[in-house]
Amino acid sequence: MVSLKELAQQEEKFLGGHRGCAGCGATIAARMVLLAAKEPVVVGAATGCLEVISTIYPYTAWNIPYIHSAFENVAATMAGVEAAYKAFKKKGKISKEMRFIAFGGDGGTYDIGLQALSGMIERWHRVLYVCYNNEAYMNTGIQRSSATPYGAHTTTSPAGKKIPGKLQPRKNLTEIVIAHEPVYAAQSTIGYWNDLVTKVRKALDADGPSFINIYSPCRLGWAYTPEKTIAVSRMAVETCVWPLYEYENRRYRITLKPKEKKPVTEFMQMQGRFGHLFKWQNDIPIKEFQAEVDRIWERLLKRSVEGSEITESK
Amino acid sequence: MKKEKKGWKEIPIGLVLEGGTSKKFETGDWRSDKPIWDPKKCTHCLICWIYCPDTAIIIKDGKVQGIDYRYCKGCGICAEECPPKIRAITMVREEK
Amino acid sequence: MIVARTGNEAMAEAMRQINPDVVAAYPITPATEVVQLFASFVHDGVVTTEFVPAESEHSAISACVGAAAAGARVMTSTASQGLALMHEILFIGAGLRLPMVICLVNRALSSPINIHCDHSDSLASRDSGWIQIFSENTQEAYDSTIMAVKMSEEALLPAMVTTDGFIISHGMERIELVDDAEVPKFLGERKVRYSLLNVEDPITLGALDLQDYYFEHKRSEIDAMNHTLPIIEKVQKEFGDRFGRYYPIIDEFMMDDAEVAVMAMGSTGGTTKVAIKRLREKGKKVGLIRCRIYRPFPKEAMLKTITKAKVLGIMDRADTLSTLGGHLYSECRSILFESNKRPLLKNYIYGLGGRDISIEEIEAVFDDLLMIHKSNKVDKDIVYYGVRGE
Repeated sequence: MVSLKELAQQEEKFLGGHRGCAGCGATIAARMVLLAAKEPVVVGAATGCLEVISTIYPYTAWNIPYIHSAFENVAATMAGVEAAYKAFKKKGKISKEMRFIAFGGDGGTYDIGLQALSGMIERWHRVLYVCYNNEAYMNTGIQRSSATPYGAHTTTSPAGKKIPGKLQPRKNLTEIVIAHEPVYAAQSTIGYWNDLVTKVRKALDADGPSFINIYSPCRLGWAYTPEKTIAVSRMAVETCVWPLYEYENRRYRITLKPKEKKPVTEFMQMQGRFGHLFKWQNDIPIKEFQAEVDRIWERLLKRSVEGSEITESK
Repeated sequence: MKKEKKGWKEIPIGLVLEGGTSKKFETGDWRSDKPIWDPKKCTHCLICWIYCPDTAIIIKDGKVQGIDYRYCKGCGICAEECPPKIRAITMVREEK
Repeated sequence: MIVARTGNEAMAEAMRQINPDVVAAYPITPATEVVQLFASFVHDGVVTTEFVPAESEHSAISACVGAAAAGARVMTSTASQGLALMHEILFIGAGLRLPMVICLVNRALSSPINIHCDHSDSLASRDSGWIQIFSENTQEAYDSTIMAVKMSEEALLPAMVTTDGFIISHGMERIELVDDAEVPKFLGERKVRYSLLNVEDPITLGALDLQDYYFEHKRSEIDAMNHTLPIIEKVQKEFGDRFGRYYPIIDEFMMDDAEVAVMAMGSTGGTTKVAIKRLREKGKKVGLIRCRIYRPFPKEAMLKTITKAKVLGIMDRADTLSTLGGHLYSECRSILFESNKRPLLKNYIYGLGGRDISIEEIEAVFDDLLMIHKSNKVDKDIVYYGVRGE
């Protein structure tokens, strides 16, 4: 168990003065991830909100080594940094322990960055990939990604007269990553800082690739007032829209079971991006979303029996 | 804050930037609403500190000292998340 | 040591002796062998390189950027579509002023898909800010690969050494290797100006420039390219002093008294030299200008050279698809603009997609140029030499 008093002794590695929107969930995620790290870290970011708002020349919010190269390749770029570190360590040119973290939004991870992430895990680079999931391509002005939930309004899946928002379910990237059998993978969110920090520490201790998918509400894209960012992320967990679980030693474990599973409408009502669904000619989109959430939750419950092993014959 | 911007021969090559320079960019003037912290009510649980997107809660030796108004954007998360029984932070309209 | 090696084998050999910190690569015909051979060096423990078998060329070059930013000496190898897939990152690597070397095997760009030699792949990246060297033969490919590491690290611009696909890459030649121990001595350690692994002095690499800074950063990069030629000359001289093989910026062959000349890059240079020897025996005053360093373009030296002949046939193994003909042709026309002495120019687009160019065909080009010299008139500015239906 981590305490805030203990975390408060850490040096801040992600500083104020960045250009994130007031109440930006992604910056809270980045700050928490870096506070969790005990060893020195080297960070890479994909093109996207976090990268743009934190590094407008000549200002940078990162008080640690940081690289941005392009949009779809942060996993590959950090794989290269880690390879250089391994090379130097083997030659005795460097002895300091350090950790490598790649940050990508759902855009740069679920979609355009999927290949590089897959390759990085498969080659077993010791990099923690953090996806700050705000469920759309936010930096370019709120366009749908494969992470955008069912029925949500975005500018490329708008709430229209004929089609009420995005009509495909969310891609389950965490499961895709787990299929690679990395050392550690997890879902977390900013509203449960202890869950997030604990998971980051486990991931950084993993001797191989690790992945954390952090639900990071975006007040602009999701349309709610900024002070609600943490509350929205908690509601996502209480409605099981975003289950908090981890994959460790080839086992699933739900890390937070809501006392009472609330209907998804309680999550949706907090945000303007779902508003149109409550005025739609029928409740089919809402039912679809609820069905998807229920299906994934049930499957997780089954897998997450304490002590159960997922795999295969020896 | 307004300085002469450097010419191309004076800036480091390859876009290299020394870390942490965002400290010099004060986002405090973005605010419409401003958090006011009451030290008498505060129990130093540090919840506001961990949830601030802009690292604008000043702490020392594990205790809250105040708000760093140079960076605070007035998002209101600190006031919202301060435990309901404590309510040590309230949002007021920024005076201009 | 004298050995028999193909172009790919020679470049892999150079990579082995260089023993870079990191190699991140993806296979593509006809460069695959370079990667394969290097992988066996790694797996046999012959090198101490950290090998990253990337899942695409885009990831390969991205890993190279990351590793170079972390202070490593980095190399990779690719061709054609692979280089095209790396395209956006090439600009980034140059913009971030990161040294690295690509052993590039020249292969035609799709469509149509073709695995054979032409220069469309490397020339399509001529504006990326990379140093580009075109080798005529295996010896030059080997030597240039070693020199390119040093050039890149001193200029702080990435470099690609090109060889003609299948013609040189798979052609066996007799070459002389430098001793294993001499290569690290020649190169020294990479002088790292800044590194991501320096956690005490953290840096941010790859920030976003708004309108107020991009131009300054680019101007700085342009300045670097403008001042790279002396660095290339210096490294070439050092190489020659140490190992006895001197390379010029421009390879001139029998140009001193040439009336007409051909300009070419790559293996065609070698074929042309044979054609020249034959024609010289018949008393014809012909010469070759082989452009070896293509980027940075050696403006002054090239102007001096091309004004030697009265007629210049520029053979381009790629087309700019712009109505302006080939790359060398348009660039030479450009540098001649204010010159008082101007040879007559004719552009021969040839060899696309590996279409062979023979000694006899080059002799015919010279005869064509001699006719132009006689009549003092160029019949057609741009011709497509060797294509059926013309």
